[in-house]
Amino acid sequence: MFCWAWFLRVSPLHLQLPRWVTSFDEVYYGQYVSFYMKRLFFLDGSGPPLGHMLLALGGYLGGFDGNFLWNRIGAEYSSNVPVWSLRLLPALAGALSVPMAYQIVWELRFSHCAAMGAALLVLIENALITQARLMLLESVLIFFNLLAMLSYLKLCNSQKHRPFSLSWWFWLTLTGVACSCAVGIKYMGVFTYLLVLGVAAVHAWHLIGDRTLSNVCVLCHLLARAVALLVIPVIMYLLFFYVHLVLLCRSGPHDQIMSSAFQASLEGGLARITQGQPLEVAYGSQVTLRNVFGKPVPCWLHSHQNTYPMIYENGRGSSHQQQVTCYPFKDVNNWWIVKDPGRHQLVVNSPPRPVRHGDIVQLVHGMTTRLLNTHDVAAPLSPHSQEVSCYIDYNISMPAQNLWRLDIVNRESSTEVWKTILSEVRFVHVNTSAILKLSGAHLPDWGFRQLEVVGEKLSPGYHESMVWNVEEHRYGRSQEQKERELELHSPTQMDLSRNLSFMARFSELQWRMLTVRSDDSEHKYSSTPLDWVTLDTNIAYWLHPTTSAQIHLLGNIVIWASASLATVVYVLLLCWYLLRRRRSICDLPEDSWLRWVLAGALCAGGWAVNYLPFFLMEKTLFLYHYLPALTFQILLLPVVLQHISDHLCRSQLQRSLFSALVVAWYSCACHVFNTLRPLTYGDKSLSPGELRALRWKESWDILIRKHQ
Amino acid sequence: MLLLSSWCSERRDPERGSDFAGSCCAWDETHFGKMGSYYINRTFFFDVHPPLGKMLIGLAGYLSGYDGTFSFQKPGDKYEHHNYMGMRGFCASLGSLLVPFAYLTVLELSKSLPAALLTAALLTFDTGCLTLSQYILLDPILMFFIMAAMLSMVKYNSCADRPFSAPWWFWLSLTGINLAGALGVKFVGLFIIVQVGWNTISDLWHLFGDLSLSLVTVGKHLTARILCLIVLPLALYTATYAVHFMVLNKSGPGDGFFSSAFQARLSGNNLHNASIPEHLAYGSVITVKNLRMAIGYLHSHRHLYPEGVGARQQQVTTYLHKDYNNLWIIKKHNTNSDPLDPSFPVEFVRHGDIIRLEHKETSRNLHSHYHEAPLTRKHYQVTGYGINGTGDSNDFWRIEVVNRKFGNRIKVLRSRIRFIHLVTGCVLGSSGKVLPKWGWEQLEVTCTPYLKETLNSIWNVEDHINPKLPNISLDVLQPSFPEILLESHMVMIRGNNGLKPKDNEFTSKPWHWPINYQGLRFSGINDTDFRVYLLGNPVVWWLNLLSIALYLLSGSIIAVAMQRGARLPPEVEGLSQVLLRGGGQLLLGWMLHYFPFFLMGRILYFHHYFPAMLFSSMLTGVLWDTLLRLCAWSLASSSLARGIHAVGIVSLLLGAAYSFYLFHPLAYGMVGPLAQDPRSPMAGLRWLESWDF
Repeated sequence: MFCWAWFLRVSPLHLQLPRWVTSFDEVYYGQYVSFYMKRLFFLDGSGPPLGHMLLALGGYLGGFDGNFLWNRIGAEYSSNVPVWSLRLLPALAGALSVPMAYQIVWELRFSHCAAMGAALLVLIENALITQARLMLLESVLIFFNLLAMLSYLKLCNSQKHRPFSLSWWFWLTLTGVACSCAVGIKYMGVFTYLLVLGVAAVHAWHLIGDRTLSNVCVLCHLLARAVALLVIPVIMYLLFFYVHLVLLCRSGPHDQIMSSAFQASLEGGLARITQGQPLEVAYGSQVTLRNVFGKPVPCWLHSHQNTYPMIYENGRGSSHQQQVTCYPFKDVNNWWIVKDPGRHQLVVNSPPRPVRHGDIVQLVHGMTTRLLNTHDVAAPLSPHSQEVSCYIDYNISMPAQNLWRLDIVNRESSTEVWKTILSEVRFVHVNTSAILKLSGAHLPDWGFRQLEVVGEKLSPGYHESMVWNVEEHRYGRSQEQKERELELHSPTQMDLSRNLSFMARFSELQWRMLTVRSDDSEHKYSSTPLDWVTLDTNIAYWLHPTTSAQIHLLGNIVIWASASLATVVYVLLLCWYLLRRRRSICDLPEDSWLRWVLAGALCAGGWAVNYLPFFLMEKTLFLYHYLPALTFQILLLPVVLQHISDHLCRSQLQRSLFSALVVAWYSCACHVFNTLRPLTYGDKSLSPGELRALRWKESWDILIRKHQ
Repeated sequence: MLLLSSWCSERRDPERGSDFAGSCCAWDETHFGKMGSYYINRTFFFDVHPPLGKMLIGLAGYLSGYDGTFSFQKPGDKYEHHNYMGMRGFCASLGSLLVPFAYLTVLELSKSLPAALLTAALLTFDTGCLTLSQYILLDPILMFFIMAAMLSMVKYNSCADRPFSAPWWFWLSLTGINLAGALGVKFVGLFIIVQVGWNTISDLWHLFGDLSLSLVTVGKHLTARILCLIVLPLALYTATYAVHFMVLNKSGPGDGFFSSAFQARLSGNNLHNASIPEHLAYGSVITVKNLRMAIGYLHSHRHLYPEGVGARQQQVTTYLHKDYNNLWIIKKHNTNSDPLDPSFPVEFVRHGDIIRLEHKETSRNLHSHYHEAPLTRKHYQVTGYGINGTGDSNDFWRIEVVNRKFGNRIKVLRSRIRFIHLVTGCVLGSSGKVLPKWGWEQLEVTCTPYLKETLNSIWNVEDHINPKLPNISLDVLQPSFPEILLESHMVMIRGNNGLKPKDNEFTSKPWHWPINYQGLRFSGINDTDFRVYLLGNPVVWWLNLLSIALYLLSGSIIAVAMQRGARLPPEVEGLSQVLLRGGGQLLLGWMLHYFPFFLMGRILYFHHYFPAMLFSSMLTGVLWDTLLRLCAWSLASSSLARGIHAVGIVSLLLGAAYSFYLFHPLAYGMVGPLAQDPRSPMAGLRWLESWDF
């Protein structure tokens, strides 16, 4: 059966046949595969790393070296890209989901006929085929979703006869593993995982109520399930990240978003600079201070010769002192010297005197030797906060207020030493108890569009924008200003190395992935969840550079419509039966009722949990987000059909009539599949007339060349 | 009853005291007090909350002789001679009713006096509830309706054995009325509606399964509930809006948020009773308004886009205020003759026509081209181009009415129109992003290549001047009540979604709330000010938190034991029923009023937790009483058991009272140094670093 599916779905055309980059997501995934091949670190907010790693595995087996520029749709692959093996894995997963559909319906205890129907429907669903033939992840996600469901059903069915047998353990573990793989590919997998957990919880509740089992036996059952369905997935998920971080050990394009400590743990990049810096910050240390929050952009505390304008555009006045900003690029003006207020020297003693939590320090700007200062003057863009400047003595009644108390946020003891990279510190102004903060606003032209730094008086609590860490650090040696400037220009070099633990790196990476925001809120082919059910939208993946052969993500509309209809029928019938049973009228025998409920809970439930949450999401949505839900809906279709034929058709005549109808309907679906084939495989160039004839809905965007 | 009234007075007296002491408006009083004044002055305003709460505040002010003249400018202003006591007193009395309501609810659910007393004590001694209900805010009103709905629901549940009797009807319809009240104050009232709905559905399901009842009786039950819990609240809710629109009939600060047709209702607005030509014709001078809220009118002015921002041509923006620079002349694309020349016949603009829009003040044409827009890089730039109306083919726009076929005339105010650029095929729209200083902080106008219909790219014609056409009165254009209702809801929902936190700001997160992580400063900052700080009584709140954990633990132990078929003694059986049924309802209430906040994208504040806190305090009362009884039962004989139970309850009561004594300055206001100073009245009480009082 699998071979058959394989040939029908994939092989008629070679997988590599569109030897072009065929969709906007292939562009992204391709980039990530290249990064894996070159082992460069990257950050992708769209999902956990397993999916990309699987694609990369395909590339690795095909001998891909990562040298291809994935920059535009329709670019032709160069000969070093093993297109076939890159696309093999999704195709394999897509083909495997056909026999699995069969197995699931069979394990739900429906007839071979219904099971075969489910497999055939999955087989001729155009959208699933398109998605499986390209280097995309939905088909892999669907595969793991189905696998989780199938193995859970197998578990349920072996539960009655031989619990704790080898096969029972196998299926139990496989459920957990499949769930974690689904979550590992896309966050969406969580929905199926929760559904499986929910069904398992209901079954476990029945198990607790089963008085034929001893207490110990029940406890064993519960423990086994907890381990397999809760502990194993967590371990697996961590494992994915572990492999991901082991693979990506070199600094790459997204370093800047991560904290200094994380960057320092990658090869190259910041690590090359910070390697060998002294660990403990001492009086006289020269440091650069990076804001921990790093939004809107990562930046360093900065100052330069220019002063604040005497009067701002809106008429407010300033202190006219030297500007202090946050600057997103490395610059010699980012260097500051930590000074002991009681002494005049700007060099490190030997032995160095480390700075500790709670110490009072002054910060001297390296290039201008002015002291970081704040006072009761409104900041340029945030009038509720204090202005921060480097103090110039104009000899007017505005004294210097340049003492700062060091507050190490992540300290373990109250005498903790200020450490390079590791310590996250706040600077609390001694006179006004204002806290040095990045406000996030861009200064106007007089401030060179750098970011505003303010002293926050009314601190309403802990916020990362008030926290800074030392990134580059060295002990200052030069007594004279000229010498010191030279020293500041020279790169830091010393020896000492540190590493972050895996859990620290994992939690930071996971947090950044969840919070990184992409601002592309609009896309030509984005759609809303309501468009999906009725297939009011499509996605044009690819157009041949010269002919009008094209690939679209476009579903088999007969299947979509009847699957939605089946869901409605199922829900109505279920409500009807429930109401009747409540009045003690049982239309169905007990075993077929249980079968009917379980099938609904898994298939209709699978559709609901994979579809409804999208209404609450604010990210850009595409038609392919619906495919996992659709797959479950398709599984429900033969279940409902068999139920109608078994229980609602009273006579033999009705039954045969119904079967004839089903056959007619199925051939209709086949016909639609065949008609849409050219848009699914992109193997045939159609004339504009034929293309226009395929545009069955106004809203479908089919590409027609104006000049052939 | 005596007991209850004593509570009321006890609760109100100190509040009265503080009212006199703190004669300055605190925190959100500036909003809601101002809105009360608007009702008294009958000026139209816009707020993201439904109107009932503010209407009640306005009414209280009106009845107590407040004249609506205080400006409520900024926190800390003195009320001076203005009579604000009515409004504060009204909120405070609703707030003080929460205690008896909670008492009665718990009494009904647990049938145990100590549990009810404990709950009442927890709420009485909570500084947070006290602070919140002594000012002019919506929260006491909201909490009043929520608790009243809960109480009447519990009451009618206990009338279930006498269906269709007078008290049954009374409590059922009272539930409906309170639901309408809760929803009418804030949309958060939806959560209590969900809870009542859930209770009703399970109730009906239970009745439906009772085979001794005929289907007709079940049908009667169903109809009664539909009438009292759906029809009645909806009618009342709509009625509050009817009153709202009737009272507010003068133009005010909220006009710009609403559509042109809506503004025509308000006296003082320039669209009110105006008469203008109905159909658009060539040569008309018009203003064009974007249909999305708070975008404004299509605008241009004699300033160019700066160097490096697309082409250096005249800026086109949208602007919320009415101004001469919003005027545009509609012209034919191919001739430059003056259509107002009396020798030409009037020619109407029709759907699908190719037109040119000339800016009246500067005589430049609305223009677009393949340059990227200043802020939204994927869209095209829109500029003013040409001299005295002569430009190029990039000035041509096709005017289309949404959902209309070809050939129809275009109506002022009513037609929803789009402008499609002829050369590039893009649609004129506003991105809603604020331009930098060079654009005078007006909003960006772009031409978007994405043709999907969004409100950003749909416009309507508002002012219309054409001397050759007859003016008609706008009265016929006034929208019907359902339309107004729908529009004001859309505007409110969009307003709520627009309240997004900024990146670099500290915001309150839902997980902060139950642990009382951080309070909210009501008034006063420096050590010389009179300071009031909204913070829950930490002892009460942490006890609540502990109780929820204990409840989950004990509840699941009992549930599993029952599922395993363990045989419980009758006494324990009864107690576990109280714990599972009554406690379950309260836990559901707590979850419904708390968890949805995790999903909300809007900006959140500490005071959003208070409705949930009421439920968790009631749960605490039920739980500790039941647990102490269980403990006492399992340990000892009956007299000792009673002793253990009494000692437990009394010690909890005393603990709450003592902690209130410690923390009461938070609510009643404190003067003097901040808490880190040993001389402060709150010295040593700053148990968490994050409390900044």
